[in-house]
Amino acid sequence: MSWSTTLGGHSYGFADLRELLAKATPARSGDVLAGVAAASAAERVAAQTVLADLPLAHFLDEAVVPYEDDDVTRLIMDSHDAAAFAPVRSLTVGGFRDWLLSWEADSTVLSDLAPGLTPEMVAAVSKLMRVGDLVAVGRKTRVVTGLRTTIGLEGRLATRLQPNHPTDDAVGITASLVDGLLHGAGDAVVGINPATDRPSTVRALLELIDDARQRLGAPIQSCVLTHVTTTLELLEQGAPVDLVFQSVAGTQAANRGFGVTLDQLREAHAAASELHRGTVGNNVTYFETGQGSALSADAHHDVDEQTLEARAYAVCRAFDPLLVNTVVGFIGPEYLYDGKQILRAGLEDHLCGKLLGVPMGVDVCYTNHAEADADDTDTLLLTLGAAGCSFVITVPGGDDIMLNYQSLSFQDVLQVRQTLGLRPAPEFEAWLGSVGLLDDAGRVPQLVPEPIRALMG
Amino acid sequence: MSEVDPWDALRAATRARVGLGRAGDGLSTAENLRLAAAHAQARDAVHTALDADAIVTALGERAGPVVHSQAADRAEYLQRPDLGRRLAPDHGLEAGEHDLVVVLSDGLSARAVQDHAVAVVDALLPRLEGWSVAPVVVAEQARVALGDEIAVALGGRMVLVLIGERPGMSSPDSLGAYLTFEPRLGRVDSERNCVSNIRPPDGLTYEGAAEILAALLTESFRLQLSGVELKDTGAALPSGAG
Repeated sequence: MSWSTTLGGHSYGFADLRELLAKATPARSGDVLAGVAAASAAERVAAQTVLADLPLAHFLDEAVVPYEDDDVTRLIMDSHDAAAFAPVRSLTVGGFRDWLLSWEADSTVLSDLAPGLTPEMVAAVSKLMRVGDLVAVGRKTRVVTGLRTTIGLEGRLATRLQPNHPTDDAVGITASLVDGLLHGAGDAVVGINPATDRPSTVRALLELIDDARQRLGAPIQSCVLTHVTTTLELLEQGAPVDLVFQSVAGTQAANRGFGVTLDQLREAHAAASELHRGTVGNNVTYFETGQGSALSADAHHDVDEQTLEARAYAVCRAFDPLLVNTVVGFIGPEYLYDGKQILRAGLEDHLCGKLLGVPMGVDVCYTNHAEADADDTDTLLLTLGAAGCSFVITVPGGDDIMLNYQSLSFQDVLQVRQTLGLRPAPEFEAWLGSVGLLDDAGRVPQLVPEPIRALMG
Repeated sequence: MSEVDPWDALRAATRARVGLGRAGDGLSTAENLRLAAAHAQARDAVHTALDADAIVTALGERAGPVVHSQAADRAEYLQRPDLGRRLAPDHGLEAGEHDLVVVLSDGLSARAVQDHAVAVVDALLPRLEGWSVAPVVVAEQARVALGDEIAVALGGRMVLVLIGERPGMSSPDSLGAYLTFEPRLGRVDSERNCVSNIRPPDGLTYEGAAEILAALLTESFRLQLSGVELKDTGAALPSGAG
């Protein structure tokens, strides 16, 4: 199907849904690099105008990546819930935006709708939204998951504590772990990016966190972000695996680039579920994504990076994740050039994930060759806090010495929790209070409680 | 708070910024300025232009031409890695026959090249006795793969690219070295070998890097290949460097 429209006396044509979505996407460097971006500001608005009139039901008839070639497309189409889709079936994309902003579309209605939405539908509607809309609708979505803590409740902002070390040194990692706990971080997960995928190292890191958890009696879950095949091996060995981690993307070819198949994810999900290590829930997977990952693997099928990112969430939701994290500024300026592009992408990813029913968090971050700085991460954190983001990533001083990029500091989150009146996950909040790390005003005092001091050796 | 600082032992085990001073919930002024200073160093490393004349002068009679990629400026270089991998026309490279072509490329940190590259060349070339080495090329707005096209133009069997790596908050001047056997357009990262983090005194020394590179080059030449099949050579290619 093709479309055309005129704007300012010029005629603009769009050959198919893939081209229409790409050209309607707010500007970002990765789409320019891929050669799929609108050639002018006017062409972009022309595409948005056409997209606004497109019936949502059309997305069930035209795939952006062929059904026959791609198991992500098959997953999306085959798992679509027509009954859940019914309330919005007759709407156009523009009408859907208005409906999402309407008072009747409350948290319950949006949760019920999620199985009826496809990634392409939510990507499309987000392209017609401004930052304020992305926040306002994001705030109404509610995706609640749990293992030892409950993630995604209203008025809560959880954190992944990321105590990375360039040589996986146990004392170095413990230093960052302790620093985070003393700042009330770690309620989403204590998650380490290991320097090596060697199973014995990964297991030692899992045991390090699990030992700290048991000594502290703290409701935390651990994760070492290694390839799913390594985690499967460790599960067979009986290692203390709380969460199965994997990076995923929105096409089969990009997932092949990560060395992962849907079958492997099914197997690992099933194995970790059977352990029943949780106390308040049994969500046992953790996924990371990011706009541009398919393009960087040359597996993008000429689809824009934001639509592909939303498709990655369809992969995630098939495995009942505890956490999904878009690493929004990590990939570099050739995909998201500056603070403005990173801000928008972070809010789009949060909203699209939540509309699809995925427990969305964001790594609010940038690399040193992007046009961004700490003002930009402050702005994104504040807007994500307002949008009800489930969790963010935190590292000591915001400086990840293993991955060489800047994320949020523990103090950044303390400040935003106070500014916006947000609280940690309830189970973790209770633990913080029990060891004296939370005062009556919900603030984290500067002290070192005895059980944590014991970890410091 | 205890009178003994429990952070002393932990700080010694990591460069992570643990135990920072707070003001209320936020970071203290002193910590904010320390972070800003580290970021500024990394930013300046990315955006400061390479002083190619100074490099050519330092190379002396070993110096070859200065060439440019198709990326017109830093902004285009950062957004279009594809252009940074292609040679601008009128490069003035003359075809010949050489065992090795050496390219000094600004990459993501001109400072790394400015501070360390000529010293690595000084330490390396005496270790390559009997090799025919082309005059050393200096390349601006260059990615690693630009070296392939330069080597093809010069007629080189191998290419060694010394290039500024993506700056971290604590490492604005890290130099990487990438070697490729039989360079040609379309070579991929897995066909190269890399020695990274050359930045004395914190990282690899010049002599240490030259030692590893000379061994790698010799072995690569003997086996007639480079990349993942050139085993026992240590470092894998860091992602994002190409």
